[in-house]
Amino acid sequence: MSSLTEKDRPIVQLLLNTGTCPRCILRFCCVGSQTLYRRPYKDLMKDIKEFLKNNQEEEVAVCFDVVDPPCKRIRLEHTEEGPDDVNHNGALQQIPSVNDENTAMEHSAVKVCNVCLGILQEFCEADFVKKVCQKVNSADYQFTSFVFSVSLPPQLSVRECAAWLLVNQEIGKLGLSLAKDDIVQLKEAYKWIIHPQLSEELSVPADGKSLFEVSVVFAHPETDEECHFLASACPDCFKPAKNKQSVFTRMAVIKALEKIKEEDFLKHFPCPPSSPKNLCVALEIQCNNGAVFVAGRYNKYSRNLPQTPWIIDGERKLESSVEELISEHLMVEFKADSFNFSSSGREDVDVRTLGNGRPFAIELVNPRRIHFTAEEMKGLQQTINNSSDKIQVRDLQLVTRSAIGRMKEGEEEKTKTYSALIWTDEAIQKEDIAFLDDIKELKLEQKTPLRVLHRRPLAVRCRIIHTMKSEYIDEHHFRLHLKTQAGTYIKEFVHGDFGRTKPNIGSLLKRRADILELDVESVDVDWPPTLDN
Amino acid sequence: RICVITLAEAHPLLQNGKTIKSINYQISANCSRLQNKVSGKSKRGAQFLTELAPLCRISSSDGEEYTIYSCIRGRLIEVNENILSNPAILQEKPSTEGYIAVVLPKFEESKSITQGLLTQKEYEEVLLKRLNSSS
Repeated sequence: MSSLTEKDRPIVQLLLNTGTCPRCILRFCCVGSQTLYRRPYKDLMKDIKEFLKNNQEEEVAVCFDVVDPPCKRIRLEHTEEGPDDVNHNGALQQIPSVNDENTAMEHSAVKVCNVCLGILQEFCEADFVKKVCQKVNSADYQFTSFVFSVSLPPQLSVRECAAWLLVNQEIGKLGLSLAKDDIVQLKEAYKWIIHPQLSEELSVPADGKSLFEVSVVFAHPETDEECHFLASACPDCFKPAKNKQSVFTRMAVIKALEKIKEEDFLKHFPCPPSSPKNLCVALEIQCNNGAVFVAGRYNKYSRNLPQTPWIIDGERKLESSVEELISEHLMVEFKADSFNFSSSGREDVDVRTLGNGRPFAIELVNPRRIHFTAEEMKGLQQTINNSSDKIQVRDLQLVTRSAIGRMKEGEEEKTKTYSALIWTDEAIQKEDIAFLDDIKELKLEQKTPLRVLHRRPLAVRCRIIHTMKSEYIDEHHFRLHLKTQAGTYIKEFVHGDFGRTKPNIGSLLKRRADILELDVESVDVDWPPTLDN
Repeated sequence: RICVITLAEAHPLLQNGKTIKSINYQISANCSRLQNKVSGKSKRGAQFLTELAPLCRISSSDGEEYTIYSCIRGRLIEVNENILSNPAILQEKPSTEGYIAVVLPKFEESKSITQGLLTQKEYEEVLLKRLNSSS
């Protein structure tokens, strides 16, 4: 149905008399034409009254078409009465002859609808739209579309239910009924009206998939307690959860309304719903942009830099960190609230990362700026690289959230190569370490290293050293290059960790060995894509 | 802070001429240190040790039996099973591969425990005093 017909008459009359606004009336008559809802409030009110006044013989449907000559005719008739009948809004002052009953209502301020509590009244007006757009513009976000999400107070569902029962009581007398699912949803109608207005003001389209969210929370404190009766009727729907302030959440209320019997509902809740004194209030208007992800690879040239800030008891133990050195510039450019740094594995404070570097990804939460060209990203990369000699980044680029999975894959599955500077207690000659080069796929059993045992579970890890290449330095030193499975503890492989890593360099060389320096030479993950830097 | 329990330098077992006959982690009818199982980061299920809790008993070939005590309050994380199969390393490398056990004290007690221990220097002074008083 796209417009009101004769069989809607009893519904329209009933709802109008009990204090329901024209748009809610249209909803309960299952009117699906979006344009109708967008008509100015006063016009709709007038049209509804015209509809009720008209005799059955007349073409009442025509009145609700967008182009409607008969109504125009009526309007013209009314303007003949005098120029000051039309006030500055273009709405008509009421003509005494039309309908004396309605005069009182029209003269005073618009009554708050007893079903939508003003959502489809005041909050569809240009003033509110301006208020929302002001908030959006002052928040200084970069966006190309928006999704408008609205949080309505739960008592709206209760009132909707009461109005529906009321309507069914009335039309039941005529042998008709209205299914709850056929009623146009309040939120849907609201969005029909407000999306085009917001879209116009903000100059971008509304898009359900948009990452930029404008959200409004409505509340109506005056009627907050209206839901409470449901708790005694359906106690199992309302379980107090830790995070929620009130047990009467929208979902819980809707569930209870489905369960409760009609008679019980009518016992506890007035039908028709009462007319409230006040409108809803818009509690908060908030903007939020979906997170963006920046990926790259980092090199670490310092032997004194932790991956993440090292703070014990509020005291910073070492200055700065890999994640801070990279992220702080991104935070500034993207104007984000916060960041989450993750990488494909990590290295100790005293270990350098050489070669192509280690893949990382940074999630920037609620960024104000989201569009960056490849040139701008290169510029950002340069800025980061100029700011510190402890780290360098490459292949800096924007990626999607799903791309992060590829990086974490690398942590578990891919190989790494290292270079270790090793010391031995007893003297070694070139021949003593040559055999290491021939060992392939060496299986290790590593118990959780003592140095991390306080914060990791005790376990035994089987890991493989794929290849080794030794470089003799002197009687007590040599350099060892190794290619290992992900997750191998290199330091423990060298010194043996009290014999808890077997075999180890010490046991292989039959001497005591220790590691003086360790470098990561490569992390063999081919993500993120290499850029021509 | 993780603690590794080892035989002290001056322990009789580390002096010349001693051979280890056997090492026994069964310290009472109900308790074997070998049955210690820990799970998770917080090492649940660990046997709790006080300073005087025995870790193991070691018998030497000359008939002596020595009880090795924990000396540290905390959860027993693991005992060194390598010394069961290869008792020689207990004497050859007592401070590394020949360790006895690993213990994790409670976080709050960590500092006070560390303060109650002797540094290498302080230990050497104790040994010196011992030597002087006995001669």
